[in-house]
Amino acid sequence: MSELLTVTDLTVRLKMDSGMREVITGTSLSIAQGEAMGLVGESGSGKSMTAKAIARLLPDGAETLGSVVFDGVDVLALSGDELREHRAQVAVVFQDPRAHINPVRRIDDFMTESLRTLRNVPKGDARTRAATALEEVGIDDPAKRLRQYPHELSGGMLQRVMIATALLSEPRLLLADECTTALDVTTQAEVMAILDDLRRERGLSMLFITHDLELAGAVCDRTTVMYAGQVVETREARLLHGDPLHPYSAALVDARPDIDSTADRLRAIPGRPLSAFEAPSGCRFATRCSFAQDSCREHEQVITELDGGFVRCERAIELRGKVREGAHV
Amino acid sequence: MSESDIVLSVSGLRKVFGTQVAVDDMNFELPAGKSLAIVGESGSGKTTVARMIVGLEKPTAGTIIACGRDRSKPSRNGAERKLRGREVQIVFQDPYSSLDPRQTGADLVDEVLRVHHGGSGDERANRVAELAALVGLDQRQMNAMPKALSGGQRQRVAIARALATDPRVLILDESVAALDVSIQAQVLNVLADIRDQRGISYVLISHDLAVVRQLTDEAIVMQRGVVVERGVTSELLDNPQHPYTKLLRASVPGPGWTPQRARERAAAV
Repeated sequence: MSELLTVTDLTVRLKMDSGMREVITGTSLSIAQGEAMGLVGESGSGKSMTAKAIARLLPDGAETLGSVVFDGVDVLALSGDELREHRAQVAVVFQDPRAHINPVRRIDDFMTESLRTLRNVPKGDARTRAATALEEVGIDDPAKRLRQYPHELSGGMLQRVMIATALLSEPRLLLADECTTALDVTTQAEVMAILDDLRRERGLSMLFITHDLELAGAVCDRTTVMYAGQVVETREARLLHGDPLHPYSAALVDARPDIDSTADRLRAIPGRPLSAFEAPSGCRFATRCSFAQDSCREHEQVITELDGGFVRCERAIELRGKVREGAHV
Repeated sequence: MSESDIVLSVSGLRKVFGTQVAVDDMNFELPAGKSLAIVGESGSGKTTVARMIVGLEKPTAGTIIACGRDRSKPSRNGAERKLRGREVQIVFQDPYSSLDPRQTGADLVDEVLRVHHGGSGDERANRVAELAALVGLDQRQMNAMPKALSGGQRQRVAIARALATDPRVLILDESVAALDVSIQAQVLNVLADIRDQRGISYVLISHDLAVVRQLTDEAIVMQRGVVVERGVTSELLDNPQHPYTKLLRASVPGPGWTPQRARERAAAV
């Protein structure tokens, strides 16, 4: 498959009160045309920052190293009209739709703004296209919805409006950042089904950011797991859950309660998730890993290929098949 | 089961906001040391039930009896209000907004102890240390302001605060929903330990069926204010009967799950 997006060795530092703080360290990932890539991790793992770097939405004063190439174009070097065009090709849908829509403007205004101002589409045409897009995401009576204000719509409905809006610019890559997390489970299933259909019908590529490993496993082709600003594993999504390569991926799977059985005790991971700038030297997960040994803490871990996946753990081959349920070796 | 074993009993509970019926004819009994889940989605009325039990909303009709005392009417005086506070406590969803940003965990717990149980400064300090150990926080964390703590640590402070009154019933209103997976597991284990050690009863308000399975014995499913199904949690999840429970169960991603649009799903179940 040809790669639509290639991120290579991306490092991001943000300006904070205390100086520059690293939030992503040497992240590499690629997404092919029509592929859905899951991006999984806990708070501070850098998953949202990776998406923001790809969409060029990082806060002012951010420093980026490495490269982001979208369809042959160096994204980090774009400016002006080219950057606007990039953002039309790469759409983002965030977690909380209410935080990303102007509450005093009608849905109509919000949805058609970029078509009218950037693409010079006449108002009537823009509205027709918006109505069609709403129908595509399963909203009945789109003409009525277009006349309404955001507060008149439920969260699930509004998130569908956000997706429909994102699709109006006919993007080739959709960055979905926890876009179903705030929704009810039945609505989540609906929104996921819509995204799945769109991906098949339009050949849309997707970076699906979530904390829910099971959801990523169910809807994505491959999943990338991040911890403390680094990619620790990339693997075929359906394999990651049952046969993870990295102790952290395995620990995440084990920590989640199971809907089909009750555990005596959950296998909690000790400590708390770290950000890149607070991570220890050597392996960043070593302080919480039940397989860590002295050498893990001494060496920076590098990512290597294993069984068709990629893993950042020097003991990965030795631990193959044993990382689930903290099996000690 | 004898009546004294029931720590919380709700019957005919109803709440109407304007013309909207938020909760209609809710009934359940919660035995000492057992856990009950109330499951549902936005607008199901599950949080309204929790708020009525702790006294943050006044029921339109019906009775709530906790530890043998009726609490469906507002308390008549301060003493009664305090007594109600001692018997039933609540932990909210968001530990970022439920703690006073200018008060350390130790001060917060101490204040609750002073109001409810009195005792000398030393006695209270010992009790604060005990509660901190129970929820897995160290001295340094208890003496820190909330902003210096992570979400999971804050939620532990909120749990320690709730336990300070020595309640018989703890309402957990989506209390682990906002936590990272690895921290959520830690807090769920802490809650299970506390129940085993103290014989506290939990009412878990949640939309997360896996968490419900892990922590509760029985479960009630609500849809638009009405109870549609109830039963032993494991049986209810393994073999849901009501179409809405089936829909909820089918919406949870897992191995082999494919998202389906509502119409296809309705046809499948």
